[in-house]
Amino acid sequence: MSAVITVNDMNAAYRKSEVLSNVNFDVNAGTLTAIVGPNGAGKSTLIKSMLDLHPRSSGEVAFWGQRYQAVKKRIGYVPQRGSVDWDFPTDALDVVMMGLYGSIGWLKRPGKGHREQAMEALRSMGMELYANRQISQLSGGQQQRVFLARALVQDADIYFLDEPLAGVDAATEHIIMNTLQQLRDRGRTVIVVHHDLQTVEDYYDHVLLLNRTVIAHGATGDVFTTDQLVKTYGGALRWLREKV
Amino acid sequence: MNLLSYNAQWVLLSTLLLGMAAGAVGVLSYWKRQSLMSDTLSHAALPGVVIGFMIVGSKQLPIMLLAAAISALVGAWLVQTIRGSSRVKEDAAMGIVLSVFFGLGIMLLTFANRMPGGGQSGLDHFIFGQAAAMVQSDVVTMMLVAGIVLLIVVLLLKEWKITLFDASYAQGLGFSVKMMNSLYTALLVLVVVVGIQAVGVILLAALMIIPAVSARYWSNSFSIMLLLSVCFGGGSGVLGTLISTWGKGWPTGPFIVVTAAVLFVVSLLFGTSKGLVTVWYYRRRQTIEKQKHALKAVIASELGEGAHQ
Repeated sequence: MSAVITVNDMNAAYRKSEVLSNVNFDVNAGTLTAIVGPNGAGKSTLIKSMLDLHPRSSGEVAFWGQRYQAVKKRIGYVPQRGSVDWDFPTDALDVVMMGLYGSIGWLKRPGKGHREQAMEALRSMGMELYANRQISQLSGGQQQRVFLARALVQDADIYFLDEPLAGVDAATEHIIMNTLQQLRDRGRTVIVVHHDLQTVEDYYDHVLLLNRTVIAHGATGDVFTTDQLVKTYGGALRWLREKV
Repeated sequence: MNLLSYNAQWVLLSTLLLGMAAGAVGVLSYWKRQSLMSDTLSHAALPGVVIGFMIVGSKQLPIMLLAAAISALVGAWLVQTIRGSSRVKEDAAMGIVLSVFFGLGIMLLTFANRMPGGGQSGLDHFIFGQAAAMVQSDVVTMMLVAGIVLLIVVLLLKEWKITLFDASYAQGLGFSVKMMNSLYTALLVLVVVVGIQAVGVILLAALMIIPAVSARYWSNSFSIMLLLSVCFGGGSGVLGTLISTWGKGWPTGPFIVVTAAVLFVVSLLFGTSKGLVTVWYYRRRQTIEKQKHALKAVIASELGEGAHQ
């Protein structure tokens, strides 16, 4: 296996306060990685700065040894569900078709083939009956499935997902994780910001523990240990573990 | 003004196209949550108009409109700069730019009116709009610009949709959000340039805000909302202009805006998507259906018990 993503000494800040410092890690092809860490650890910022959506103050990020701008069509991104206005007047199928806009290109309109592709992606998410439903009338889980379907039609090689399981129902969680594992089994690389410590070991083969910098990164069995979690969460973990 | 006169037809055509262009750009502003930006830019155009007049010394529309565009762009740039380099928020920055530029424009206007030929130049018309004062060459310029605005909005329909709904995702797909933002500002400025003579700097923003808001009450799709907003804008333009021709010297802008507002009230009440009366009607029908079901269930159980006894 070879590294498809290389992050080298990356730093990122909001206004003047530093959020991420000296971030270094490599991700291999065909892995499913969870980014885990406490609130404010910089998990979303990590993804955004890797994808040029948030400015890096220093450091390098490479995909297949190239800059993001050169290969961005091969990279899919699923933002947090709350980052868009679901009151926007459009239906589920239309949102999924947005995933194809990049390949359709400027000025051209989506055609029948694109419509079928989008429908297929909705079907794989169990959402075909909601294709023509207004997105404002979908439940949180259904909205998240639409977002994932939109990323799937892109047919990317690397996927970044920001908290795809936040506030979704059990059925949606099951469908989403199944889909991500299938992507990995087909050789795609998937990186997920994950917030539920109890399910990390069941879902992911790799874990990146983050708190302003990388605390540990590697195979789940090696990294997801009490020692490392205490290092990542500090005092907050004791409370978490007691709850469990 | 005679309705059927040659000039009147030109004027009507121009306010129709202006309303359509303003309606189209208004939908973009609506989903950018930047409705106040159109108000800021139209007010910011006033100093440009007057400076343009002062430089040439007579009413040369192309020069004045060019100066208006530059002045509006300076306004837009100032809003961005104030927001980016200080703790002032965007709405406050827009409020500052809007009032300062308008104040400056009025101040310059007082000087310009004292210049030779200034008093009769009709510069005051740029405040409330006077479509009847336009001559054919003005109208042709306006139509051309309005047509370009409409064309750009329609051709880039899918690009607008994705950048307005989810800008960071669009960026990831390779669409330049920065470019779309600049284009959006350019469209706003073009509509301002087209509209200040007919509607005036004070009320122009209404023509960009009200049709879009009205259209929201009728549709569940971005392209249909756009189409409706274009129709409402164009309709308000034509109807408002027609009404303003009833009296001599009636300003066009206020009549266009009031017409748009009437269309808004109708949409607010009867719009098929979110109209108040429509929503009330469906809720009421639902309640009646529920009551009917409950009543049927009671009757059925009563009858059932009766049969058992």
